[in-house]
Amino acid sequence: MADGGAPAVIDKAGLDALIAVLLGRGRTVIGPTVRDGAIVLAELSGGDELPYGWGVELEAGRYRLRGRADGAGFAHSAGPQSWKTFLHPPRERQWTAERGADGELAFSEERTPPPAFAFLGVRPCDLRAIEVLDRVLTGGPHADARYRGRRQRAFVVAVECTEPGATCFCVSMGTGPAVGPGYDLALTEVLDHEGHRFLVRAGTEEGEAVLAELPQRPADPATRTAARERVAEAADRMGRTMPPVDLRTLMRDTLEAERWNDATARCLTCGNCTMVCPTCFCTSTEDITDLTGDHAERWRRWESCFDLDFTHLAGGGSVRSSPRSRYRQWLTHKIGTWHDQFGSSGCVGCGRCIVWCPTGIDITEEAHALNAERAAAGQPR
Amino acid sequence: MTILAPQVSVATVPVPYRVAGCSTESADTATIALEPVGSPLPAFTPGQYAMVYAFGVGDIPLSVCGIDGDRLTHTVRSVGATSRALWALRPGTKVGVRGPFGTAWDLRSASGRDLLVVAGGIGLAPLRPLVHGVLAAPEHYGQLNVLIGARTPGDLLYAEEVRRWGALVTVDRPDAAWTGDVGVVTALLDRAAFDPPRTTAFVCGPEVMIRAAARELAHRGVDPGRIRVSLERTMHCATGHCGHCQLGPLLLCRDGPVVTWTQAQSVLSVREL
Amino acid sequence: MTEGFLSSLPPTLRGWLLGFAHDTAFPGDIRLFEEGSAADRFWLVRTGLIALDVHIPGRGAIVVETIGDGELLGWSWLFEPYQWHLGALTRTAVQAYEFDAPQVRAAMDEDPAAGLALFRAIGDQVIGRRLRSARTRLLDLYGPDTSRAYESGPAR
Repeated sequence: MADGGAPAVIDKAGLDALIAVLLGRGRTVIGPTVRDGAIVLAELSGGDELPYGWGVELEAGRYRLRGRADGAGFAHSAGPQSWKTFLHPPRERQWTAERGADGELAFSEERTPPPAFAFLGVRPCDLRAIEVLDRVLTGGPHADARYRGRRQRAFVVAVECTEPGATCFCVSMGTGPAVGPGYDLALTEVLDHEGHRFLVRAGTEEGEAVLAELPQRPADPATRTAARERVAEAADRMGRTMPPVDLRTLMRDTLEAERWNDATARCLTCGNCTMVCPTCFCTSTEDITDLTGDHAERWRRWESCFDLDFTHLAGGGSVRSSPRSRYRQWLTHKIGTWHDQFGSSGCVGCGRCIVWCPTGIDITEEAHALNAERAAAGQPR
Repeated sequence: MTILAPQVSVATVPVPYRVAGCSTESADTATIALEPVGSPLPAFTPGQYAMVYAFGVGDIPLSVCGIDGDRLTHTVRSVGATSRALWALRPGTKVGVRGPFGTAWDLRSASGRDLLVVAGGIGLAPLRPLVHGVLAAPEHYGQLNVLIGARTPGDLLYAEEVRRWGALVTVDRPDAAWTGDVGVVTALLDRAAFDPPRTTAFVCGPEVMIRAAARELAHRGVDPGRIRVSLERTMHCATGHCGHCQLGPLLLCRDGPVVTWTQAQSVLSVREL
Repeated sequence: MTEGFLSSLPPTLRGWLLGFAHDTAFPGDIRLFEEGSAADRFWLVRTGLIALDVHIPGRGAIVVETIGDGELLGWSWLFEPYQWHLGALTRTAVQAYEFDAPQVRAAMDEDPAAGLALFRAIGDQVIGRRLRSARTRLLDLYGPDTSRAYESGPAR
């Protein structure tokens, strides 16, 4: 990966130009915008659609927009969506099958060309989430070709986090607030007496080429320092933490803990946490036929491990029939067995599951409680 | 006939196969033989499974119970919409097949050792090609004992063949004509000639039976790492992407279905894992 | 290599028990005892197969379990009223050690340590095992699960 040459500084007009350049390169630009009382990810046609002057107020089970006097465009934390909506869409056709008059079957793989996305405003935690999805969907013995096609074509503009929310814990998960590798361009928003501007670095050759087309000036020491300081300050303002222990071992040690009953008393098994999680990837297959009966399609759609039928056995019932077992599966998989299956944690500390849980179940609170229960039981750490 | 483009992923998109033969095993169970219409799938190894698609209905994982060149055989029990459609297939019908998927029995690792095959019900199906492999090269192995439990004499799979193998068979519910053993399959262990420390065991059947058999074998001195069991969980994609088949740290479609008792013991001991 | 009841006993207990044994043999299809009759003998099967059965009017003798090499045939002799719960019919020629039940019971009373050890072995290796086996079969694991009739979720 290129280290991107010299950092530059752009202003809001430069950001408008960035969107225009990306559109001009035939890309579908997806970024944050205010819609229906939330900051959502949607197709952007210009910089004026960015959520300038909007922040969010977050708590367990609570999400509210609030105006910001400073006019910042990226001083909000994760909304209800994540980039998986675009890379790993909620419903997708995988193949079609035709049955000829002679009874022969012909299968055709889905071949619509993948869209060329440009993701604008990818948070460091969400960039790590994309990396997690890469490992799940393309890192095993069988790669998901559709996902890979979209992923390889996607242009990523990361924005470092300077305004963590009350439900954020990326520092505990080692995923933010500073941006890690994997971006084409990385921005840091700086607002002070010298104006509203963005420090920009390129991470790839394409990033450099795009940056070269933008109105810019070389990065000055003051902007660099301000950017660095704002990210460093953000690290100290995390709303949540995870217990400072090996979470994978914690999950393995507490499979029969009492705490699961406590969490489950509040869990509605609605699956919201799995829908908003930027790494939850589970799907189910659906087979459909048309009225002639000779044309069939295979679709897959997002599925949640909270669904009772998720573990339905042929000729039997569901393996995880109790809500307790389904909540336990979600949490132990996310921060425990994900390591065994895909070589990393499945949690990036974005806090979405806390915010969008209708009963406010907090993954960090549960982990702390499990840790306390284990400690009380005298288990080794 | 459509020739599929070579870059098509056979892990995701089925390949057309023709039903070349079908035979009734019992009231609800049939064995179907499948031959490729065009290019065959890569070779299957005993213990692995295919995703077999009934047109317009769906696909389900079926272990291979016979491998003869490009010809695959599967024993299917009618328990739901897709398995019923596959069970009812007639010769000449086309189906779609994906695979091969999953871990194998790994017979080679048992070279020079005594072999103990313990099967319950339809769990005999994935073990059949393993037995074929041993019988094709008996000089590579020590004693072969095949122990089979069935519900009734009429439910015993591959009855003719099983007689030729010299397998010990026990049933839960005998009929008037049954002169053999009655009882659970683990009771047959007393009658099998095997030396536990020199034995590799292969076990498949309902999970309760697997747990009982593996525990008993470990108690008798078979190394838990040498007890290989084939497990079952829901599978949709078979490619490790859908998440349904998780069993603790295992993605059973990828890390299974065949795992060692060392791997299985702890995950099977947690309820609803 | 075959593990039977005898091999599960400590050597001294094995010798103690075999002191009461005498060799016997039966051809196939011989009824050794009937349900309800006096349980005054028991056997350790050396080779052969015996069916335990229950007579059901109109259905005949229904076999519930078979006893083979190395297994103990009969435990009703250990408990009052010393009557067989099931019938026993040889399926093949059988070679066995035969024991006189009152004699062994008396010896167990006389040597409580040996008696307890034998009692424990029968509890674990014979009664316990058969109870576990009966419970497992009660689950009808190989049969269809008739309580639920669909396969893997909705609309498949």
